[in-house]
Amino acid sequence: MKSKMRPIILFLSVYGLLQILVLTGIMNPYWQQILGFAGIMVISALGLNIIYGYTGQFSLGHAAFYGIGAYTSALITKTLPHTGVFGFLLSCLAAALVVALTAFLIGLPILRLRSDYLGIATLGFGIIIKVIFDNADALIPILGGSRGMIGIVRYTNLTWIFAFSLGAVIVVRNFVWSSVGRACISIREDEIAAESVGINTTRYKTLGFVLGCTYAGIAGVLYAHLYTFLHPSNFDFLKSIDVLLIVVLGGLGSVSGTIAAAIIWTFLLEGLRVILPVQILDWRLVIYPLLLIIVMIARPKGLYGGKEFNFLRG
Amino acid sequence: MSYFLQQLINGLQLGFVYALIALGYTMVYGIVRLINFAHGDVFMVGAYLGFYAIGRMHLPFPAALVVAMAGCALLGMLIERVAYKPLRQAPRIAALITAIGVSLFIEYFSSLNFLFGPNYLAYPIPFKVNVYHFGGLTISSIQIIVFLTALILLVLLQYIVQCTKIGMAMRAVSYDQDTACLMGINVNAIISLTFGIGSALAAAGGVLFGIAYPQINPFMGIMPGLKSFVAAVLGGIGSIPGAMLGALIMGVVETMSSAFISSSMRDAIAFSILILVLLIKPTGLLGKRGSEKV
Repeated sequence: MKSKMRPIILFLSVYGLLQILVLTGIMNPYWQQILGFAGIMVISALGLNIIYGYTGQFSLGHAAFYGIGAYTSALITKTLPHTGVFGFLLSCLAAALVVALTAFLIGLPILRLRSDYLGIATLGFGIIIKVIFDNADALIPILGGSRGMIGIVRYTNLTWIFAFSLGAVIVVRNFVWSSVGRACISIREDEIAAESVGINTTRYKTLGFVLGCTYAGIAGVLYAHLYTFLHPSNFDFLKSIDVLLIVVLGGLGSVSGTIAAAIIWTFLLEGLRVILPVQILDWRLVIYPLLLIIVMIARPKGLYGGKEFNFLRG
Repeated sequence: MSYFLQQLINGLQLGFVYALIALGYTMVYGIVRLINFAHGDVFMVGAYLGFYAIGRMHLPFPAALVVAMAGCALLGMLIERVAYKPLRQAPRIAALITAIGVSLFIEYFSSLNFLFGPNYLAYPIPFKVNVYHFGGLTISSIQIIVFLTALILLVLLQYIVQCTKIGMAMRAVSYDQDTACLMGINVNAIISLTFGIGSALAAAGGVLFGIAYPQINPFMGIMPGLKSFVAAVLGGIGSIPGAMLGALIMGVVETMSSAFISSSMRDAIAFSILILVLLIKPTGLLGKRGSEKV
């Protein structure tokens, strides 16, 4: 029992520390926003880790589900104004349902594809969804289409992001150690062998895919109500790649690695903006891919490949 | 009807450019099972080399094409040597992420001011443009040059792969790397050569793209690269005729959907077709179906 309390105490003390930093003004609103974005990336990347890291299904369309969650929830909170936090939570639930249903309908046919082909099919799906976002104002004008969606109320704050990330970590930790999670891992290791010992591979692949995409959808909800502005380019192919980078850099099938990589990645990109002198600020996006290549060549299995922090172990 | 034929010609023009890029993807995938995300950026570098050769050095078109192709062949082999070779025994995803890193590096490095710069540039056209009328159709000399250059290169590639000793070695390595090695084939040299040939073709595609759609910038490679890769998958990745077929289909579908349906929906239509084809025939139109072993 005692060891089960430890992660909660750890999380609460980190949260308390951050609140002190915010209240004393040491951390300004700019860095609070960056930290919030890091938390959103943690949730989204944990989702992809379920799909790719644990179930072994290569998805390049994660940003599409992130975007569906963001747009659905923003649409609901905009059409139901003055409902406050209740409206926000309602939109969160609705977005999760819409994303899960979309993921189920898409996943059922395309999860039959293997490895790279699945990646290409999900990539195609991501581009189709982006085109739909671009033209969405033809059907529902307030979605804004390629002009972007404005005027979303800001509900997300550090407390919400912290609460959702904590929930996400607990769910993924328990998922991995459950029989469902074990079945998913066996599919990753060898699909034919898993099938031959009686695992219903289609069912567990779809389950993992739907759960992971729902994570992305919830991350999208938080994103929409943090930045209060949505644009289709926030959900394009490159955003799916960003999440994939985090999952692989952290180490496939490692919750600890995903959390660490998401936070390092977000702060590195912003940190370079602060550290570099103005004359070579253009080099920021040159240095970042170089670091990426070097890390990958030095540690092909990611930072925490197959390893976990103490408190996440079984 | 003539409008339809006209769009078909425009679509084939785009398709031939895609074919030149798609071949590099399919050859590299066939030999090392890597989605070389940096290939679209090699295409971009090819377009820029052609730009400097034509615009600054005032070379004639064939010479500019050769300069761009040679430069990119070296670039492709360098990328393979530095970024992919150390990861040949690592998990496949590590090489894929490295490829994404290389792609971002080329894009942002070349948009620095002392290199290509971040702005759009107008592409110089190295020959006089004539427009010919056949019935209701118009064909410009640009289109004729694009068709001819692409066809010559495609035939040349088919000859190299099917009729020379090097081509036979390439096919052997893609069939089974270990056995090829036992037969005395220098696998490293063949992989390097494959990157070189693929990159040279992409460079030719870049120069033709620049001439046909006369505007270039350092990020121009992303979408054509992605679409060419999808075209390669559509045709059956690893298969050279498949890549050509897939690319022509992709170009025609894209042009037709912007002409007859909606230009803002064209990417959605092209990718919907891809997903449908994959669902019906998971290995692509001309792909071979391998049996799975446990």
